[in-house]
Amino acid sequence: MAARKIKFDWVAATANDLKGGEAVFRRADGSWTRTVAEAELVPGGEAGAALLARAQADHAANRVVEPVLIAVDPATRRPLSLRERIRADGPTV
Amino acid sequence: MYRYDQFDRSFVAARVAEFRDQVARRLSGELTEDQFKPLRLMNGVYLQLHAYMLRIAIPYGVLSSRQLRKLAHIGRVYDRSSGHFTTRQNLQFNWVRLADIPDILAELAEVEMHAIQTSGNCIRNVTADHFAGAAADETVDPRPYAELLRQWSSLHPEFTFLPRKFKLAVTGAAVDRAAIQVHDIGLEVKRNERGEIGFAVYVGGGQGRTPMIAKKLRDFLPERDLLAYCEAILRVYNLEGRRDNKYKARIKILVHEKGLEEIAASVEAEFAAQPVATAALGEAEIARIAAYFAPPRFAALPARSAVLEDAQTEDAALCRFVSRNVSAHKAPGYGVVTVSLKPIGGIPGDATSDQMDALADIAERWSFDELRVSHAQNIVLPHVRLDDLPQVHAALAAAGLATPNDGLVTDIIACPGLDYCALANARSIPVAQEISQRFADLDRQNAIGELKLKISGCINACGHHHVGHIGILGVDRQGEEFYQITLGGAEGADCAIGELVGPGFAADKITDAVETLVETYLKLRRDPGERFLDAYRRVGLGPFQEALYADA
Ligand code: HEM
Ligand code: SF4
Repeated sequence: MAARKIKFDWVAATANDLKGGEAVFRRADGSWTRTVAEAELVPGGEAGAALLARAQADHAANRVVEPVLIAVDPATRRPLSLRERIRADGPTV
Repeated sequence: MYRYDQFDRSFVAARVAEFRDQVARRLSGELTEDQFKPLRLMNGVYLQLHAYMLRIAIPYGVLSSRQLRKLAHIGRVYDRSSGHFTTRQNLQFNWVRLADIPDILAELAEVEMHAIQTSGNCIRNVTADHFAGAAADETVDPRPYAELLRQWSSLHPEFTFLPRKFKLAVTGAAVDRAAIQVHDIGLEVKRNERGEIGFAVYVGGGQGRTPMIAKKLRDFLPERDLLAYCEAILRVYNLEGRRDNKYKARIKILVHEKGLEEIAASVEAEFAAQPVATAALGEAEIARIAAYFAPPRFAALPARSAVLEDAQTEDAALCRFVSRNVSAHKAPGYGVVTVSLKPIGGIPGDATSDQMDALADIAERWSFDELRVSHAQNIVLPHVRLDDLPQVHAALAAAGLATPNDGLVTDIIACPGLDYCALANARSIPVAQEISQRFADLDRQNAIGELKLKISGCINACGHHHVGHIGILGVDRQGEEFYQITLGGAEGADCAIGELVGPGFAADKITDAVETLVETYLKLRRDPGERFLDAYRRVGLGPFQEALYADA
């Protein structure tokens, strides 16, 4: 995750669910969802760092595994990178 | 085949119990991810893009019907009714839940299987020729030696924390279907003029970021010295292999940096320092293990089968299948059947639980209860009577498993790539599917002849692209999937690393590029007997580059 992106783009927090391993995204209320469109979107930079800190607290609380921030298009609420779109949607095959 | 003894059984059972406890502690929050990750990896559990993934070892590729049925069952109960066979004679389940994994491992233990040492910096699953014990061209059955190596390397206390992972492969045929020269240690079992058994020992081969062809350390290591010599190699590597840089930690880098002479001197010194009496393999021990791999009771049969030849006259599909997917067996009247897991447009290496059950039934009835998993992501029925081939073919066809494309352009090796793999840069499977569909016509495939196409989704090269006649490597170019092509790689006795042909291709251009390469080959080959690889070796990159980049 390039630092540049986190700074300027809109970001969401994603991780894998501890029990099932599914890709999950953090909602504004602190719950985690399989649906990226429901994720809390914040501008990168400080708000992003704060979101990541909240997500990392969920990792520390053993709810999710290895959270990171991903860049999301605020208009479509779709992840920008192919990798993250595949994580959000499942395999393309 | 090898059967667990009491020690193996109680050891695997203890490991399952231990992991069950570790998973419970992880789920309850008692263990953090940092604490748990190394523990799960020791049991073959990865976290991929969408789920946990469990990698199960199939030692030297040998499976019984009972074991395959168990894998089918696990797929059905704990996954999405399928499994994925990999290039390292492993099976991966892509959709398992962490909480279920202890139960899966317990089920595997019932059929003498496990996932130990399928990850981490240890000695991984020992691989072997998938035609072992069956092929007409085999000198010595490599499986007893693979089993000895498996036992020796399983939790060897000295080698559980190596600088990096370590892979061994064994072949007993000079043609080398086990790709021994791209392994950390590659062994060819052979006989000398006196008929004694020994090993050509290769070291320092590998693919990945820095592909290397192994160097030969010994041409004929006596049989009794197998383990002592491998131990000497591992010791030298364990001491001298780099631990400062993950990308330089494989033994291939050590061999490359020190050179063959210095490595050989270190290994020989270490080997000489071992007390012979304790290190040498006893004849009784070799015989004890070899007994597990005694050939099945083959019937005395004529070399040709009138039943089969009659059936072939009636059935063109059978004919194609026999001519393509059946190889010569050492016993007259038998054949080695390759079951392609590469249907046109399918996912290379995937088999549904129903297909696994069908294969288990077929093997039980017609192949002495034995199956093999090949590094080409196919399944092998090692011992089929030629007389039975019409029935076997019909049963395979009924299960969607009779694609007659062994070794042809649609018999593509592809890693999971960006559809599943957390390390990937680009997708592999859709590329394989599109190429497979483009070349679906069997007449065209047969006209092209042997062509090994291999695709990896990143430089780790799990899809063996470096040794593909045509290799395709997925890269990430500013967020776009791009594919680089290498030509002229080969994995057998004539092992070679493919050469980069030029700039890469976008995802929507890669199939066209492959077609251009194939058409170029067809135009320049001397005769249909000159395979793509032979033609490439004769003419080099030039004509292919011209054809690919003519408009650039
Ligand atoms: C045991 C002896 C035979 C061998 C080794 C043999 C071998 C072959 C081979 C190499 C092919 C080409 C496969 C391909 O290009 O897809 C083939 C195809 C074929 N064979 Fe045979 N064949 C045998 C007997 C026969 C007989 C006796 C007949 C019928 C009179 C026959 C009919 C055909 C047909 C029709 C095809 C074309 C298949 C297609 O177009 O799908 N074969 N056979
Ligand atoms: S080659 Fe790369 S993308 Fe493919 S399975 Fe290996 S690590 Fe994953």
